[in-house]
Amino acid sequence: MFARPFFSSASPYTLQSPFGSLQQLRQDFDCLLEGVWQTAEDYPTVNLWNNSEGALAVVELPGYAPGDIEVSVVQNVLTLRGERQAPAFREGEVYYRRERWQGKFTRSLALPFEVEGAKVEARFKNGVLSIALPCVEAQRPQKIAIHTN
Amino acid sequence: MSIQTQALENRTPGTLATRERASVRRVYTPRADVYETPEEIVVVAELPGISEESLDITLEQRELTIRGTRSTAALEGYRLIYSEYGEGNYERRFVLADSIDRAGIAASLKNGVLQLRLPKVKEALARKIPVKAE
Repeated sequence: MFARPFFSSASPYTLQSPFGSLQQLRQDFDCLLEGVWQTAEDYPTVNLWNNSEGALAVVELPGYAPGDIEVSVVQNVLTLRGERQAPAFREGEVYYRRERWQGKFTRSLALPFEVEGAKVEARFKNGVLSIALPCVEAQRPQKIAIHTN
Repeated sequence: MSIQTQALENRTPGTLATRERASVRRVYTPRADVYETPEEIVVVAELPGISEESLDITLEQRELTIRGTRSTAALEGYRLIYSEYGEGNYERRFVLADSIDRAGIAASLKNGVLQLRLPKVKEALARKIPVKAE
């Protein structure tokens, strides 16, 4: 019906800009809401590092004491459990913001290799838990020698 | 036109945009609880990975700023294969009311959590006025 687009008189730049600014708005909004939509499934947040010997899971657990956290490994699955009780409300207290997570969590992560359970080491510092997860010997990368005749 | 629109929509913040920003030192807003008691206002902010030395709290005029610098994360010999949080700096500002006793502000850091206690000035404290029966 329309031989030309409705905005035909506009330059390509102005044609794109409504979407561009909308996109920008969406990104800004995502930044603004960063973490707000976080669900129980992805708490606590984990970063995973690896090298030829295994992996290192680094977990953000601010406000937990080492005793509040339980780490277990079965074959290739790492499970984290923890509990932190919200401080009890006292008479005359008014909350303006409650952004911190309270209560229980359980999280399992499947690793791409089997973990040498006996050699797992966990360290906790400044609210960050680091768990060294060595790979079982049989699944480590093998160096193959190249022979020449 | 339709191709361009699609290309833009594919740039979801979760994938491209945030990673681009993560390459420069990103600043994160720490999560915080803020509550008021009859004597003080308490700010509890989560700053995982921050030690006392890397935390900077400044009070300028009425603006209280919390800044945390996280040490560069690259672990020697390791490669990051999966990431749910970005490592960057933390920053959050609060504007204080005049009823805060600035000299009495106290801060403590434990297990990556900062607790800021902002006492109210004595005059601002609510006083109970006894009513005498005649």
